[in-house]
Amino acid sequence: MLQNEEIEEPAIKPVKEIFQTFFKSYSAVTGLIILIGIAVMGFIGPLFYPTDPFDMVWMPFSPPGADGFLLGTDYLGRDILSQIINGARVSIAIGFSAALVSCFIGVGIGSFAGFYGGWVEEILMRITEFFQVLPTLLFAMVIVALFGSSVLSITLAIGAVSWASVARITRSEFLRIKELDFVLASRSSGSNNMALIFRVILPNAAAPIIVQSALLVGAAITFEAGLAFLGLSDPNVISWGQVIGSNRVYILDATYTVTFPGIAIFITVLAISLVGDGLNDALNPKLRSR
Amino acid sequence: MLLVLLVVVVLNFLMLHLAPGDIADTIAQTMGGADEQDMAELRKQYGLDQPFFIQLFNYVVRVALLDFGHSHFYNLPVFDLIMERFPATLLLVFSAQILSLFVGILLGVYAAQNPNGLSSLFVNMFSLFGYAAPVFWTGILLLIAFSLHIPIFPVSGMRDITIESSNFFVHFFDVLRHLFLPMITLASIFFAYYSRLCRASMLEVLGADFVRTAKAKGLSKKDVLLKHALKNSLSPVITFAGLSFSAVVSGAILVETVYSWPGLGTLAFNSIISRDTPVLLGILIFSTLMVTVGNLLTDLTLKALDPRIKI
Repeated sequence: MLQNEEIEEPAIKPVKEIFQTFFKSYSAVTGLIILIGIAVMGFIGPLFYPTDPFDMVWMPFSPPGADGFLLGTDYLGRDILSQIINGARVSIAIGFSAALVSCFIGVGIGSFAGFYGGWVEEILMRITEFFQVLPTLLFAMVIVALFGSSVLSITLAIGAVSWASVARITRSEFLRIKELDFVLASRSSGSNNMALIFRVILPNAAAPIIVQSALLVGAAITFEAGLAFLGLSDPNVISWGQVIGSNRVYILDATYTVTFPGIAIFITVLAISLVGDGLNDALNPKLRSR
Repeated sequence: MLLVLLVVVVLNFLMLHLAPGDIADTIAQTMGGADEQDMAELRKQYGLDQPFFIQLFNYVVRVALLDFGHSHFYNLPVFDLIMERFPATLLLVFSAQILSLFVGILLGVYAAQNPNGLSSLFVNMFSLFGYAAPVFWTGILLLIAFSLHIPIFPVSGMRDITIESSNFFVHFFDVLRHLFLPMITLASIFFAYYSRLCRASMLEVLGADFVRTAKAKGLSKKDVLLKHALKNSLSPVITFAGLSFSAVVSGAILVETVYSWPGLGTLAFNSIISRDTPVLLGILIFSTLMVTVGNLLTDLTLKALDPRIKI
C-alpha cells in the first residue's frame, strides 16, 4: 500500500492551502465567527436566558428597553429577545437541513444527467428546467398548505423546490470531468459506473457544489421566513420568520416586533454568504491567483 | 411551454390526491360535519369515486377548458377570481423587472469603467444586501419609513377610492404612486444581481479587440460604451433576468402581502388562511404561465440582441 500513501501525501497540502486561503480572508472569517456565535446563541443561549419564548411574561407591545425587556414584547406579551434566541435554533436547523435535501436531490439528478448523457440527460435536465420555471415560493406554499405545516414538511418543501441550481452545476462539472484522463484510467482499471460517479468524479466536482450549497443554506433561511410570513409555519416551534409572521398585522403600531427578527435573519444570511464567498475563493484554484 | 403547463397541472393533481383529506372533507368541515352517506354523495358529485387516471384525465381537461374549480370561500369560479387579480401582479412583476434591469445595467456600466472604485464597491455591497435581506422585511422597513414616518406614499392597496375623477391621467398617477414602494422593494433584490453581472460582463468585453478597434476608429466614448461594448455584454444579464422570472414572481407574492397589493399574492395569502385549495392551485398554474411567457420574451430579446442565437 506504499503507492497509496504516495498519492495521498500531495493531496493533503491543497486542503491545508484551502484552510489558509479561507482564514486569510477577513470577511470569510468574520462571517464564520458570526455564524458560530449565532449557533452558540441558539443552542446554549436558553441556558443563560431561560425565559420561555411561548410564555406571556408581560403586557403586550412593551417597547424595547422598557420594563426590563431588551427587545420588548410582542402582541401576546411574549419576550422578543427570548424568541430570537430560541428561534435561531429552528431557523438554522431548517436552513441547513433544507439545503442538505436540495443538495442530495440536485447532486443525484445532476450527476446522473452529466455522467450518462443521452436521453437520461435529456429527461433529467427537462425536469430541472421545469423546477427553474416553477415559482418556487408558490409551489412550496401549495405543498405546505396541503400537507400541513410541520417543521418536516416545511424543510422538505424548501428542499424539494430549490435544488435546480445544484443540479445544473453538478451536471456541468460532470460533463467536464468525465472526459479527463484519470476517469478513463479508473474505468480501465475496472471501476463500475456507480464507483466512477460517486468515488471518482463527485469528489473532484465537490468544490462548486459545496459553495452553491452554502449559499442555499442562506436562501433556505429567508425562504422559511417568507413562508412563515405568509402564515405557513409550525405553530409549535418558534422561528425568526414566525415571529415576523405572527406580528405582521401590528407592524404600524409596533415596528420593533418585526425589525429585530429581520435583523437576525439579515445578519445570519449575510454571514453565510460571506462564508460562501470565502469558500469559493479557497476552493476555486482558478480564482485564487487573482 | 405547453408541456411545462401540463406537468404543473398533473403535479397539482398528484399533490391534491396525495394530501390528507379531500374536497368532500373540506366541505364537510365548513358545513360543520356530515355523515357517511352525505360524504359518499359529495364524493360522487365531485367524481372522487372514479379510478385515479380518469380523475386525472378529467382534471386536466377541466383545466384546459379554463375551469379551475370553485372557490368555496369567495363563492366564485377560481378563473374569474384570478383574472380579476392577474393584471395587478402582471403590472408589479414586469415593472419591477424592467426597473431593476434598467438601473442594474446603468450601474453596471458605470461601475465597469472604474473596477476598483466606489461604485464597484457599492454594487458588491448591494448585491450582498439583496441576497441577505428577506424581501418582505425590506418592504416593511420601506413601508415604515416612507408611509409612516415620512408619509409620501400610501400604506396599501393599488388605488385611492376617494378620487372621483374621470380623467385617465389622475388615475394613472394614483396607481403609479401606489405602485412605487412595492416596485422598489421587489426591484431591490434583483437590480443588485443584474448590476454585478453587467459589471463583470462589461469588464470582460471592454478588454476585447473589437472595443479597441472602435476606440481606434475615433468613436466617442459614449458610442464605444453603449453601441459596441454594452450591446455585446448584455446577453448574460438578459439570460439571468430570464432565469430570475420565477424568483421575481415568488418575491411579488411576499411584496404584495406586505403592501396589500390586490394581486395574486394577496389572493394566495387569503386562500391559505381560508384553506381555499382550488384558488391556490389555480394561482400556481397561472404564475407558471406568467414565468413561461416571461422566458419566451427573454429568448426573443436575446435573439434581437444576437441574431446568431436560434430559438
